[in-house]
Amino acid sequence: MTVKFMLLVSRQGKIRLTKWFTSDWTVKEKAKTVKDVSQTVLSRKTKMCNVLEYKDFKVVYRRYASLFFIAGTDLDDNELLTLEIIHRYVEVLDKWFLNVCELDIIFNYQQAYMIIDELLIGGELQESSKRSVINTLKRMEEVS
Amino acid sequence: MDKLLPRLGAYRLKDLIKAIRGCKTAADERAVIAKESAYLRTSFKEENVDIRHQNVAKLLYIHMLGYSAHFGQIECLKLVASPRFADKRLGYLGIMLLLDENQEVLTLVTNSLKNDMNSQPFIVGLALCTLGNISSAEMARDLSGEVERLLASSNTYIRKKAALCALRVVRKVPDLLENFVSRAKSLLNERNHGVLLTGVTLLTEMCKMSNEVLVDLRTHSVATLVRHLKNLVTAGFSPEHDVNGITDPFVQVKILRLMRILGKGDAEASEAMNDVLAQVATNTEASKNVGNAILYEAVLTIMDIESESSLRVLAINILGRFLSNRDNNIRYVALTTLTKTSQNTTTDASALQRHRATILECLRDSDISIRRRALDLSFFLINAQNIRILTRELLSFLEVCEGDVKNSVAIRICDFAGRYRPNKRWEVDTVCRVLRVAGAFVDQTVVNHFIKLVTTSPPELQQYAVRKLYNTVKNEGEKALTQEGLLQVTVWCVGEFGDVLVSGTSGLLGGDEEEIAQTGGLADTHNQYQTAPTEQDVLDMIADMLKGPYATELVKEYTMTTLVKLTSRFTQDSTLSQIRGLLTKYKVNVQLELQQRSVEFEQLLSLDRESRTALLERMPVLESAAKEEAKKGMGVPTTETAPVAAGQQQNLVADLGGDLLGLSVGGGAAPAKAQNDDLYNLVFGGGAPAAKAAAPASNNILDLLGDIGLGGPAPATKAMPPSGQSFYAPSAGNQNDLLGDLFGGGAPAMSPQAPPLSTQPSAAAIDPLGDLFGSGGFGGGSAAPAAAAKSYVAYEKNGFRVTLSAKRDGNAIDVTADMKNNGMSPLSDVAVQVAVPRSLQITMHPQSSNMIAPGASASQRMRIENPTKVAVRLRLKVVYNIGGQQQIEDIVEFSQFDQSLWS
Repeated sequence: MTVKFMLLVSRQGKIRLTKWFTSDWTVKEKAKTVKDVSQTVLSRKTKMCNVLEYKDFKVVYRRYASLFFIAGTDLDDNELLTLEIIHRYVEVLDKWFLNVCELDIIFNYQQAYMIIDELLIGGELQESSKRSVINTLKRMEEVS
Repeated sequence: MDKLLPRLGAYRLKDLIKAIRGCKTAADERAVIAKESAYLRTSFKEENVDIRHQNVAKLLYIHMLGYSAHFGQIECLKLVASPRFADKRLGYLGIMLLLDENQEVLTLVTNSLKNDMNSQPFIVGLALCTLGNISSAEMARDLSGEVERLLASSNTYIRKKAALCALRVVRKVPDLLENFVSRAKSLLNERNHGVLLTGVTLLTEMCKMSNEVLVDLRTHSVATLVRHLKNLVTAGFSPEHDVNGITDPFVQVKILRLMRILGKGDAEASEAMNDVLAQVATNTEASKNVGNAILYEAVLTIMDIESESSLRVLAINILGRFLSNRDNNIRYVALTTLTKTSQNTTTDASALQRHRATILECLRDSDISIRRRALDLSFFLINAQNIRILTRELLSFLEVCEGDVKNSVAIRICDFAGRYRPNKRWEVDTVCRVLRVAGAFVDQTVVNHFIKLVTTSPPELQQYAVRKLYNTVKNEGEKALTQEGLLQVTVWCVGEFGDVLVSGTSGLLGGDEEEIAQTGGLADTHNQYQTAPTEQDVLDMIADMLKGPYATELVKEYTMTTLVKLTSRFTQDSTLSQIRGLLTKYKVNVQLELQQRSVEFEQLLSLDRESRTALLERMPVLESAAKEEAKKGMGVPTTETAPVAAGQQQNLVADLGGDLLGLSVGGGAAPAKAQNDDLYNLVFGGGAPAAKAAAPASNNILDLLGDIGLGGPAPATKAMPPSGQSFYAPSAGNQNDLLGDLFGGGAPAMSPQAPPLSTQPSAAAIDPLGDLFGSGGFGGGSAAPAAAAKSYVAYEKNGFRVTLSAKRDGNAIDVTADMKNNGMSPLSDVAVQVAVPRSLQITMHPQSSNMIAPGASASQRMRIENPTKVAVRLRLKVVYNIGGQQQIEDIVEFSQFDQSLWS
C-alpha cells in the first residue's frame, strides 16, 4: 500500500485535514498517531530530511507556507515519489482555489477532501495528469 | 435573521468555523462545540431534509477538530440516499470519515453503494471511491461482482477507479483474486495513463499475492512493460504528464516496481529489462527530486533482479552520487538503499567502502533519521582491515548518541569487535572503552561479553585488563563511577584476579595502543593505567565506592563476592580484618540479598585459609565462552550462525597474510582448500615441511589453534600444535575453522599433543587445544554434522524469519531454530516456544540470545524424542518486540518435516 494516511497540520499544530486509507485502525490509534506524528514533524528543523520512521511506517512530509502536508507510508515505499504525490496534491489545490491559502482549506474542507478523493483511492494514486483531475472537478461542480 | 440564528445555536457552516476560530481559549471552543452538537442532535431528530446537508457539513467539521460525531452516521446514510449529487457527495464523505470497517452501520452502506454503482458516471465514481477507501471483507465480497463489471466500463474515469477498488477487494478477500486476473491484465494495454497506472498497481499487488499471476505476467507481459517504460523515457515533452521535464514519473515508478517483482530470480525476464533499465538509469535528469525518485526506484530494481554486472556498477554509482548529494532526503534514501543492498550481500563490498568517509560523516548529522540509517550502514562497512578506524568512529558516536540506542550500539560494537579483532588485547581495550562511555546504558549482554572475554584470556591479558579497569575507576573518579556496567566488570575482575592486580611492579603488556596513538605516544598513558596498586589501595577504593552514591544494589552484591574472594587472593594479614569489617556492615542491611551474602561470607571467613582458598578458586571458563572465543576474529558472528559474505572472508585471508609478518594475527576462514594450504604455510612459516593429510577438497575441517605467549619463553605447560603438523579431520561437513591468536616473540617450548593424523573418524572434529594456559579447555571446536541438516522456513513476518533445520539421531530429531532479523529495527524479548503432540517429547535448550539486532540472528536448539515414529508436527509460538514498540505474538503450525526424519 502506498499512503496510509494524509494529514494537514498548521504550524501551530492545528489539524486541518485527516484522511485515512487504513480502515482497520481504531479511533484511539488514529488520534494517537495524529498527535505523535504532528508533534514530531513540527519539532524538526527545516534543513532536516523530510522522512521519519514512526513505528512500522514512514512519515513523509513537506511544508508549504504555514501548512505541513504529512503522509504516512509503508516502509518499502519510494519516499521521493511520496513527496511528488504530496506536491501534486498541493498543485491541484492551488489550481482549484487559485492561489490556495490555509483559510481556503479551512472554510472549504469538503473540497479539499474531494480533491484527495480524485487523486488517491485506498492510498494509491489514480491519476497522473493534473489537467484531467482539474477537468473532472470542474465538471463535477457543474453537475451539483 | 442572520443575527438571530447564532443565538439559537444554529450557525451556518461558515459562521460556525468563524465562531470556532474566534474562540480565545480551548474552553470557549469546547463550549461553542457542545452547544452546536446539542443543536445538531435535536435538529437530526426533526428529519428536516432541507437543512440536513448543512448540518452534516458542520458535524464533519466538528469531527475533524477531534470531537465526537458518531451520532451523525445515520444522517450520512440518509444523505447518500438523496437523489442530489451534492448530497450524495457529502454523505459519502461523511461515511468515509465517520465509519471504519468495524462498525455495523457499514453493512447498511452496501446497498446504497450497489445502487449508485449503476448510476451516472460521477455517482459511480463516488461509490467506487468510498468502497476503495473503507471496504470491509464482507462488503468486498458483496460488491465484487459490480467492481468486476465496472472494470470493463468504456469510461476511463470509472475504469481507473474500479481498478483500485479491485485492489482493495482482493486485499480483503484473496479468494476473489482469480475473478479479476484477466481484466487486470488487459489494463496493461491501455493508453490512458490513469488506467495504466492503476492497472500496474493492481497487478503488482496480485503478483505479490499469487505465484500463478506472477509466472503468467513474467512470460507474457514483460515486453509490454518494457515498451511502456521505453516510450515514457524517450517521449518528448508531453504537457499533460510532464513533471519538471520528466514524462509521468508516477507510471514510470510503478512499472519499475512491477519489473522488480517479475525479474527477481528470473534470468530471462531480467535480460529483457536490461536495456530499458540502463536507459532509465542514464537518461533520467537527476537535478530535481522527481528524477531522483525514478533513479532510486531503478536502482532498487537493478539490485533486486538478475541484472548485468555493468548495470549494477551503474546503480552503485548512482547511490554514490546520492550519498554526496546536499539534499538530505536523497542522502537518506541512499543510506537506506545501501543498507538494504548490503544485507543481500550481492553488492560489491569495495564500492561501499569507497563511500566510507561520507557514511561516517552522516553519523554526525544533526538529523536523527540520517544518523539512524548511517548507523545501521556503518556496521555493514566493518571488515578486518578497517575495524580499528570504524570502531573509533562508532565509539565516538556511542558517546553522543541518544540514550535509547546506546545499548544496541554498544552490543553491536562488542559483537563486531569480537568478530574482526586484530588481536585479543584490542578487543579488551574496545569493550573497556564501550563500558567507559556507555556503561550506564548497557545491559547484561555487554557485561557478560567482557567477562567471557577476560576469563578466556591468557594470564598477561587478564592482568592487563584488571589493572586497566581498576585504574580507570580510580583515576576517572565520578565519571567512571556513574557507569554501572563498568563498575560491575571492574568489581568482578578485581575479585577474580586480585592477586595479579597487586603483584609485580609493571604490566607485561604495554598500554592501550589506541590511547597511545591518540595522546601522541605519551609514555605515561601506559604507566597510568598499568600501575600495580597495593592491597590497601584496592580495599580503599572498594570502601570508597561502597560509601558513595553510585553503587547500585547489583554492584554492591558483586562487591560482597569480590571482597570474600580477595581474602584468598591477598596475602597481607591486615586486609582480612578490613574485609571482615566491610562485609559485616551489611549484616543488618534491609536488602535481603546483601544481608544474606554478608552473613554467609562471614562464615566463610571463619574457615582456615586453605579450605577458604579451595572454595574461592577462580571461576572455570564457561563452555559457551570458550566456544565463542574459538570463533572470534574470524569475521563470523560468534554467538550466531549467520552466513558471512564470501567477499569478507577473502578480505580476511588477504589480511592474514599481511599481518602475520607483524606481531598479531586474526583468524580467517578460508573459502577454498587452496587457500587453506597457503594459510597453513603462512602460519608455520617457510621451511616447515607440511605434512598434508589427504583431505577431500571440499570437506575438511581445519581447526588450527596457536596461542603463543608473548615475551620470554613460554611456560612449559603451554601446549601448541607442533610445527609442521596439520590437523585435518576429513569429515562430511564443510566448515573451515581456523584460529590463530599469535602473540609473536620467543620460540615457545613445544609439547605436542600428537593427535593422530588423518585417522580421525569423520564427523568428529578435533580439538588441538586441550587445556591451553590452564584456563579451562576450549570446548568442542566445530563439530560438523554427520549429515547435512535440512532446513525449512517456519515463520516469516515483519522481517523476522525462523528457519528450522532438523537432523535425525536414532529415534530422536535434533532441531535448530535459527532466528534471523531481516528488518530495520532491533528485536527484543524474542522467544520461540514449541509444543508437540503427546506422543512426542521435547527438550528445549536455552536460546542463544533474546535480543536480535538488525541483520543478526539467534538460535535455539531442541531435541524431539519420537519413540513411536509418528509424523512430527509442531506448534510454534513466536513472541518478539519490534524496536521496543510493537509486541508481536504469533502461533504457527509446522508439519513440513521430511518423512525420512522418522520413518
